[in-house]
Amino acid sequence: MSTDTVDVARRRFLVNSTTVVGAVGVGFVCVPFLASWMPSERAKNAGAPIEADISKLEEGRMMTVEWQSKPVWIVRRSEKTLADLETLTESLRDPNSEVVDQQPEYAQNAARSRKAEILVLVGICTHLGCSPTYRPELAPVDLGSDWLGGFFCPCHSSKFDMAGRVYQNVPAPTNLVVPPHYYVTDTTILVGQDGEAA
Amino acid sequence: MSKLMEWVDARFPATKMWNEHLAEYYAPKNFNFWYFFGSLALVVLVIQIVSGIFLTMHYKPDGAMAFASVEYIMRDVPYGWLIRYIHSTGATALFAVVYLHMFRGLIYGSYKNPRELIWLFGMFIYLALMAEAFMGYLLPWGQMSYWGAQVIISLFSAIPVIGDDLTLWIRGDFVISDATLNRFFALHVIALPFVLVFLVIAHILALHEVGSNNPDGVEIKKNKDENGIPRDGIPFHPYYSVKDIVGVVVFLFFFATIVFYFPDGGGYFLEHANFIASDPLKTPEHIAPVWYFTPFYAILRAVPDKLMGVGAMGAAILVLFFLPWIDRCKVKSIRYRSTLYKANIAMLVISFVVLGWLAMQAVTETITLLSQVFSILYFAFFVVLYFTSKNEKTKPVPDRVT
Repeated sequence: MSTDTVDVARRRFLVNSTTVVGAVGVGFVCVPFLASWMPSERAKNAGAPIEADISKLEEGRMMTVEWQSKPVWIVRRSEKTLADLETLTESLRDPNSEVVDQQPEYAQNAARSRKAEILVLVGICTHLGCSPTYRPELAPVDLGSDWLGGFFCPCHSSKFDMAGRVYQNVPAPTNLVVPPHYYVTDTTILVGQDGEAA
Repeated sequence: MSKLMEWVDARFPATKMWNEHLAEYYAPKNFNFWYFFGSLALVVLVIQIVSGIFLTMHYKPDGAMAFASVEYIMRDVPYGWLIRYIHSTGATALFAVVYLHMFRGLIYGSYKNPRELIWLFGMFIYLALMAEAFMGYLLPWGQMSYWGAQVIISLFSAIPVIGDDLTLWIRGDFVISDATLNRFFALHVIALPFVLVFLVIAHILALHEVGSNNPDGVEIKKNKDENGIPRDGIPFHPYYSVKDIVGVVVFLFFFATIVFYFPDGGGYFLEHANFIASDPLKTPEHIAPVWYFTPFYAILRAVPDKLMGVGAMGAAILVLFFLPWIDRCKVKSIRYRSTLYKANIAMLVISFVVLGWLAMQAVTETITLLSQVFSILYFAFFVVLYFTSKNEKTKPVPDRVT
């Protein structure tokens, strides 16, 4: 049976094909380990909608509720603030909220809200995830004389107006996110859901 | 005793390894002050591993318990405060000696042919150290831990298309949470230390293969005596082992001073905001990384665009990997290089230090402008080096070390 000649090509083919099959196997074994880093079922279920009572929220004030472990801000804006929003168009990156992921359809309007005076925002900067500071005062020393109120991120100095729209020439690329929400009653907001559960 | 060693050597290359790496490893005889920091880095790494192991015996990697368990270590565990301060000071010390070690390599051209791989292994060590330090900083679960991690993980969200899913995968939750803390703990105490130790071994093996550079940048292996031993070389042990021990003693003097008298380093080693438990709803007013990350953080902050900012910061680290090919000058040591090169090095050091300072300041327009200027100067070093090093006017290099 034995021959003195070695079929080198056949050997190389066998070695290569064994290596490829082995590599594919290693690839498959990696999947469960890498997948184990995705959010667990428990984490996915933790994002239940949260109710917020805004009856005591005064004009110009902000309240914070926690939804999916993130801060959600609710601000009651004055007539003047809403009027000021229109004057800012020139200095904003996305004044008409054209980036669709940043708000539900019903908030893609001038005030970025369901009811013009009530602003609901996820309080996480779209740059690197810090929580910006609410700065409603007009023309403070550190933010300049043309500041009409809004949100300032202390981490990398991104600026947002009173509708969560991002200014130009700051690191944040997009407007702050408006979470899904709706009014259960006139003074109660459910954050995390677009409307009555179907 | 020698019988025993014979028995061992027939089964394990103990004597062979001892000779190759210590007793018969010939290092140039002209090592100066700058050559302390390699062995010091190894010493601090050991300090970190030992103190770290003891910290894990009392620490709880759990979102609800982590902060309190660190306080428990500080107040209730016998000498827990000391072990923790050794570990936190060790992190600062490790970066300090590694930066000085890298600077040594920079000025004496130790990254050049034939030592490019030593430099690359070293850069990977530096990268692994940054990951190790970053993940370790999350574990106390204070405000700076939390928001620092939030910012750094969010860096990955700047990557187009996959960015958001990637950050979700790293965090394991929609925000930094218990899942993130638990996996960072695993990476910090097991995975990255393994990688680090492996890289350190590769770094040293590569060094001992080609031999050490020296302040003159002369290859001592080019001039050997009749026994094949470099004329300008002396055995590492006992000559440099003894010299390095002196360095270790002096180092420990400074180290102990910080551990016992300035463990928080005035807020630069342990940040004040980190003594407040993490709060996902509130970012601290002034958020700044620990000092050893600040130069790169300043570059990130200088660019008013998310993707470009993250890109610039990444490039600032990445460019160091290519140093052996950016510097095209044949002369290694700064001693025999041009005035322009010396000025260029000075510019790099100044911009690195100033950037580090800038990142700790609250943002104003002046600070941003200065950050932009010094970021450009930092990158300018590499550009100037690339274009001037090839035809640099150098001084004659001696045949043997001086």
